[in-house]
Amino acid sequence: MSDTATMTDQIRVLVAKPGLDGHDRGAKIVARALRDAGMEVIYTGIRQTPDMIAEAALQEDVHVVALSVLSGAHLELFPRVVEACGQRGITPENTLFLGGGIIPDEDAAVLQDAGFSAVFGPGAHTGDIAEYVRAHVPELDRS
Amino acid sequence: MTTETAATPNFQLSGRLAELEERLLAGDRRALARVLSWVESGDQRGRDMLRSLYPRSGRARTIGLTGSPGAGKSTVTNELAKAFRQRGQTVGIVAIDPSSPYTMGAILGDRVRMTELYSDSDVFIRSLASRGALGGLSAATQDVVHVLDAYGKDVVLIETVGAGQDEVDIAGAAQTTILVNTPNMGDEVQTLKAGIMEIADVLAVNKSDLPGADRMVSALKALLSLNPDRGWDPPVVRVVATQGEGTDKLVDACDAHFEELRSSGRLESAELDRARQQITALARANVLNQLHTATGEERLAKLANDVASRKADPHTAAAAWLAGP
Repeated sequence: MSDTATMTDQIRVLVAKPGLDGHDRGAKIVARALRDAGMEVIYTGIRQTPDMIAEAALQEDVHVVALSVLSGAHLELFPRVVEACGQRGITPENTLFLGGGIIPDEDAAVLQDAGFSAVFGPGAHTGDIAEYVRAHVPELDRS
Repeated sequence: MTTETAATPNFQLSGRLAELEERLLAGDRRALARVLSWVESGDQRGRDMLRSLYPRSGRARTIGLTGSPGAGKSTVTNELAKAFRQRGQTVGIVAIDPSSPYTMGAILGDRVRMTELYSDSDVFIRSLASRGALGGLSAATQDVVHVLDAYGKDVVLIETVGAGQDEVDIAGAAQTTILVNTPNMGDEVQTLKAGIMEIADVLAVNKSDLPGADRMVSALKALLSLNPDRGWDPPVVRVVATQGEGTDKLVDACDAHFEELRSSGRLESAELDRARQQITALARANVLNQLHTATGEERLAKLANDVASRKADPHTAAAAWLAGP
């Protein structure tokens, strides 16, 4: 029998789409894969501003903020989400930031400097994303 | 009267917990979010926090929303939150979605319908996974509500998982329960059935711009006319939540119900019932936890063998398990 009262290690992930593109197939597939990996995934829907995403991350106290953009605006939008989160005390030290989309390698390097610990592009295996989250969440400072 | 008491008036948090509580009570939303995580997971820090905060709770109005998947609970919740904000009330929202029975993972998607509330710092939304609970809530829902209440929210809206006919825990958890219906949910026999149809204090017919709304409203009213007199006739309110239509009437209906609770004295008796239910549920979970120790599991395996091989019947085995070695 499962114990419904104590699940201290349950990983919570926010999956969000900043910006104006409405292509959420990838975000939904990742959300579903993380669900199947046993995580609780808060899905916010499309067309979110950086402040809306940061506010959701704050209220839901998530371990992971996973962003998806398919319009090519990732260099513009992703760092602004990290910034909006930072204003609320949500930083790469206490929260894992992940990016997804059509993201060239040179852009991925820029995003890593901006606080993203990993970027997953086309062809990434959903199992690898779940594995990555599971491996890196314990390193976060959640005190 | 019994002299049994669990009151601990001098309980004090120390160190980091005291600091976090101070931040929470000063309105810090991040502190609130972290405390809710601890409370939800049954962490000892969460229990200490709740113990310290609990005397400050009991002021918020609680309204539950239930109904079948896709009936529009999240959208109606969003509309209610906006209406209460317009009346100057601060709002907490607890939105529950189901956990997978296989992996315990979950998709919590109720926020999708509530994005217009994000820019309002006087609305705090928390999504919860049901984590194996079967009554339409999660085991920690009540505690999460207590914390939002102690934090100072005037109204706490509780949205259940998409409910079937029998997920009725919300009736014991909220002061007022709204059942969200839609047109064409089945014939009148559905409205005659026991269970969820009985617990509504207010009935909303959402999507009432769709054909069949009139029939649904009259079917519900016919059902209600047969109810025994309980001092309150649940009103049926037509709503088109996506257009904001009917929201004010829905809030008025909730207000009227609350007034009735207050003037009839049923508010206090319902609070006693709620307290009693929560103590019972927690005690039950504690007993189960005590049974499921390593030695308890060994004894259970042995007893299961006896029952499967017909050496013992299930009732005798359960009594033996409870009685201990």
